[in-house]
Amino acid sequence: MIPPQFEYYAPTSVDDAVALLSRFNGEAKVLAGGHSLLPLMKLRLAAPSVLVDINRIDGLSYIREEGGHLKIGATTRTNDLLDSALLHRSYPILTDAAQEIADPLVRNLGTVGGNVCHGDPGNDLPACMMALGAVYALAGPEGPRTVPASQFYKDTFVTAVEPTELLVEVRIPQAVTRQGSAYHKIEKRVGDFAMAGAAARVVLDDSGNVTAAGIGLTGVGATAIHAAKAAAALVGQPADDAHLLQAAKIAQEESEPMSDLRGPAEYKRAMAGVLTHRVLSRAVARAKGGA
Amino acid sequence: MAATARPVTPAAALTTSGAPTTKIHITVNGQLLSADVEPRTLLVYFLREVLGLTGTHVGCDTTNCGACTVHLDGRPVKSCTVLAVQANGRKVTTVEGLEVGGKLSPVQQAFYEEHGLQCGFCTPGMMMTATALLARNPNPSDAEVRDAIRGNLCRCTGYVNIVKAIKAAGKKMQETPPAGGGA
Amino acid sequence: MSAESPHVKGGIGQSILRKEDARFIRGKGNYVDDVKLPGMLYLDITRSPYAHAKITAIRTDKALKVPGVLAVITGKDLEAAGLAWMPTLMSDKQMVLPTDTVMYQAQEVAGVVADSRYAAADGAAAVEVDYEPLPVVTNPFKALEPGAPVIRTDRAEKSNHIWHWETGDKSGTDEAMTSAAVRVSQDLYIPRIHVSSMETCGCVAHMDAVSGRFTIWMTTQAPHAIRTVYALVTGLPEQNIRVISPDIGGGFGGKVPVYPGYVIASVASIKTGHPVKWIEDRSENLQADSFARDYHIHAEVGATKDGHVSALRVKTLADHGYTDAAANPSKFPAGLFHIITGSYPFAKAFVEVDAAYTNKPPGGIAYRCSFRVTEAVYTIERMMDILAHKLNVDPAELRLQNFIPPEAFPYRSALGWTYDSGNYAGALKKAMEIIDYAGLRREQAEKRAKGELMGIGISSFTEIVGAGPSQTFDILGIKMFDSAEVRIHPTGKVIARFGTKSQGQGHETTYAQILAEELGIPADDIRVEEGDTDTAPYGLGTYASRSTPTAGAAASMAARKIREKALHIAAHLLEVSPDDIEWKDYAFRVKGVPGKSKTMAEVAFAAYTNHPKGTEAGLEATDYYDPPNMTYPFGSYICVVDIDKETGQVKVRRFVAVDDCGTIINPMIVDGQIHGGLTMGFAPSLLEEIQYDEDGNVHGGTFMDYLVPTAVETPNWETAKTVTPSPHHPIGAKGVGESATVGAPPAIVNAVMDALRPYGVEHIDIPLHPWKVWQVLHGGGKSA
Repeated sequence: MIPPQFEYYAPTSVDDAVALLSRFNGEAKVLAGGHSLLPLMKLRLAAPSVLVDINRIDGLSYIREEGGHLKIGATTRTNDLLDSALLHRSYPILTDAAQEIADPLVRNLGTVGGNVCHGDPGNDLPACMMALGAVYALAGPEGPRTVPASQFYKDTFVTAVEPTELLVEVRIPQAVTRQGSAYHKIEKRVGDFAMAGAAARVVLDDSGNVTAAGIGLTGVGATAIHAAKAAAALVGQPADDAHLLQAAKIAQEESEPMSDLRGPAEYKRAMAGVLTHRVLSRAVARAKGGA
Repeated sequence: MAATARPVTPAAALTTSGAPTTKIHITVNGQLLSADVEPRTLLVYFLREVLGLTGTHVGCDTTNCGACTVHLDGRPVKSCTVLAVQANGRKVTTVEGLEVGGKLSPVQQAFYEEHGLQCGFCTPGMMMTATALLARNPNPSDAEVRDAIRGNLCRCTGYVNIVKAIKAAGKKMQETPPAGGGA
Repeated sequence: MSAESPHVKGGIGQSILRKEDARFIRGKGNYVDDVKLPGMLYLDITRSPYAHAKITAIRTDKALKVPGVLAVITGKDLEAAGLAWMPTLMSDKQMVLPTDTVMYQAQEVAGVVADSRYAAADGAAAVEVDYEPLPVVTNPFKALEPGAPVIRTDRAEKSNHIWHWETGDKSGTDEAMTSAAVRVSQDLYIPRIHVSSMETCGCVAHMDAVSGRFTIWMTTQAPHAIRTVYALVTGLPEQNIRVISPDIGGGFGGKVPVYPGYVIASVASIKTGHPVKWIEDRSENLQADSFARDYHIHAEVGATKDGHVSALRVKTLADHGYTDAAANPSKFPAGLFHIITGSYPFAKAFVEVDAAYTNKPPGGIAYRCSFRVTEAVYTIERMMDILAHKLNVDPAELRLQNFIPPEAFPYRSALGWTYDSGNYAGALKKAMEIIDYAGLRREQAEKRAKGELMGIGISSFTEIVGAGPSQTFDILGIKMFDSAEVRIHPTGKVIARFGTKSQGQGHETTYAQILAEELGIPADDIRVEEGDTDTAPYGLGTYASRSTPTAGAAASMAARKIREKALHIAAHLLEVSPDDIEWKDYAFRVKGVPGKSKTMAEVAFAAYTNHPKGTEAGLEATDYYDPPNMTYPFGSYICVVDIDKETGQVKVRRFVAVDDCGTIINPMIVDGQIHGGLTMGFAPSLLEEIQYDEDGNVHGGTFMDYLVPTAVETPNWETAKTVTPSPHHPIGAKGVGESATVGAPPAIVNAVMDALRPYGVEHIDIPLHPWKVWQVLHGGGKSA
């Protein structure tokens, strides 16, 4: 219940934060919402000697469309996603996911940056970011760089961000007409980690064929899974149920679930398919103007 | 900050001898305070043990149960997973701050009238979440209430009367808007 | 309540608001962790990562160097004081701290005392322990196999078999079973669960060396029993021990046992001369404190070909963890499991239970179970549905056909219980009407034709509470009476103290209501206290739904003793013979002379200012109530579920609970108990379980993995009542706190199995995780 001692810094700029991370070179952890890090420290499963609190950095919390992208600042609170009319309208995959994350209290402090950076295969936003084709903007001592979400997740709790870097923004290609997206996970109990979850984005032409697609999976591998084959199988095809089912089957095969307290691998694999089908159907319906 | 902060001496129970501390200024239930705390001091223990506000409870160690819910700048949060230093310069409201001038808030009154509590341990956290919900959505449906309190666990009531209490409070607040404007 | 009928304000049957709420809604409750004493120190505990291991070394030097740490206590320190082991409530032994071997993961290994909570945590993390792992036993069947590693080498008998217990007519039942025209049998496993009240356990122990008084604030449901146990175990004189059970954040049985932390804190206080606070974390609570269930049951039912039950045979293996620390009445190591003939008139029945040691924490009955009645009712109500399926008979019809009829009460069961009263058909029919059972069966038929899965499940349970009559009930030899001490002040106000201890059940209100009814004094004028052993009369505490049946009865009896004396004072005041006075409509009235009367308040004043010659002044009484029998609340629950065929997820669409707890003291409070109890029946059916792998590692040891229901999945419970008073209880009340936890699980499981009927599976063990259902739906066929 009681975390071990640590040094604490609350820089007011990204540059200062990066300088601190560099100075402590791997011994420091970023404190954003703290609702993944502090629980680990309270159980003494993590004991960083330094915390760099980035909540005092102004200008890191925003949701806006700009220059052909939807840009979300790293310290945007998860509940802020639910308050955004823009997201409900054009990127409902993110509001779907936000609604299913943890509970409203955790979401008042938990951040988008934290959810995409933590590297738990049970985090919900990574699969969404993969489906949306997002890239993450990082700041570091060598300067800024971007990493696509689909290449960001290496292993459980291991991501592409270096210990001296800070994720500052999530950048998503701006939504186009006839784009739909959706996310859904099933869990043993609300707020728990997923037994399985699926994220989908589709873009349709005016004949109802799929011109672009993205699919991500939660909780069925060591990391979130970018179901690239399943998405590719949809492009150029009519968005009818038979093709959605076929894509779902491929997504199922791309999953690599492990048996644990949240279900046997066989079940999770099957659910990856079921949920991919459901979110694709929803995304298609939304692309056509439904809900 | 125009007002002068009242300094609070951290209870011996909360400072590890010799550990470095940070000075924080924090407004709690309308009162501006200052204190020196270790960075690892959790807000819930700061409230309970330094300020003696024991209405906020600790029910778990994995940020699940919500017994520790307080308002941080008006938003309900789990104070067991907030460092006191993160609340520096911010406003905190606890259950003790729901009453105004000795008068129970509509949420408190409704929990009493609808039998929304039994052992009382989850109740402060539950009422803090409810108060924040009703400030945003004064007329929630059953499903909206249940969703809003899903981060507050109760073992005694089975939630039925808690949902009734929150809806009743909302109705009451719409009939007679409070002078001070809620919590 | 009509305006004309006389009633007292706050009497029985009124839904008055709770007196205790005033402090809770203001955040001014006084729970153990709110207790703060000058110079108070903190205790934290170092725990074993191994389920079974020899301790080869404990090094405390690093811990002692942590700033703020004052002392480290190990098993060797306690051994010197004869406290390394202490008796359990079942006359087995448990370790306070080990001297050489740990026997479950998370077992207490050392206590660290420091001047702050934070320093104590640092200290506990700094204690270094060397372990030599030993073979781990987690499967109770394997524990009983010859050659299994013996866990309790301290016992004379070197085996993991704790005891064998049986009751009933073995040969008669065997015969009846063999000759039964219809037989069904089923293996049922009820996994280990943990009650997880929102407040964890803890204490503040204070040995005052000057006065010699030892005071301990403790999260306990049974303060007097604890005081006596402390006296016997520590040798401290009992008049110098004060146990204070202040506000308790839920108990449900989890706050009955004596946990090692309490004893270590007590020793620490004696050693340091300071008060010592110990408050466990949730993880410690889940991983080390008393669990519930863990019964492996094999049940058989025999019946005639037209569906009349004739024989019941049950064999159970009980996994008790490393010691038998279940807080059962001493004659019943398997609790009241033999209520298992339930609501049905089995002519022959035989039950046997064997208990085994495993490398897990001890316990067994700490989850609102009425001493294993949850296990019994789960078994019989599942078996009735399995029998109905075999006979191809509607499960409601099978029950109605078999129920013990109202005229058969008092009814003596084949396993020796005399049920006081019941109207089982009345409750079931009411539930069926409320939920439109016939309509649901029609809907189910339509849905089945379309391949949709919908199920209806019934549970018609008989509970047994109110432990208990002195011939058969005791805990560690202390009889299970309970008590009320009632005193009326000159101005007609009342103070009453009880030997029970509410942990949220509302005794400050409900006991006041009983007294209001009996004394004619408004409940607002009656103050109820519990929990301080210096002032409260001796009692066995609150658990197993015993308070209303025992202490509630004591309240009535004490009040009636007061009324008897008061009648004489009234006669004196009214200048008539006592024979001319009757207690009617809440006043002492001269028979046949309306208008000549005295209220209890007037009598009370006189008791101090004008008491009759030959009578003592004052107006009070104490009653220690030895119940003549248990009470038998009952009910019928009907659950409707819908199943998502693709995911196996179960949704409870509707749940109607008809309960009969006899006379209802406060309908609002009774409904609250039922809502909460139903939720604790729902939880183990679908969500909660604690599992151990082969190495004894616990799974489900934090709230991240042990999933307690939230408001989102908890159904909106619908409740109704029938009222069949207990003929032997002074106000006809029966107790109700656990009925719903007892009755709900089979209703839910029966509903799910009913929905899955087309798939030919008879049973799936709880919790009914979605993948277990999915495996049945997708050709698995075997229960997980």
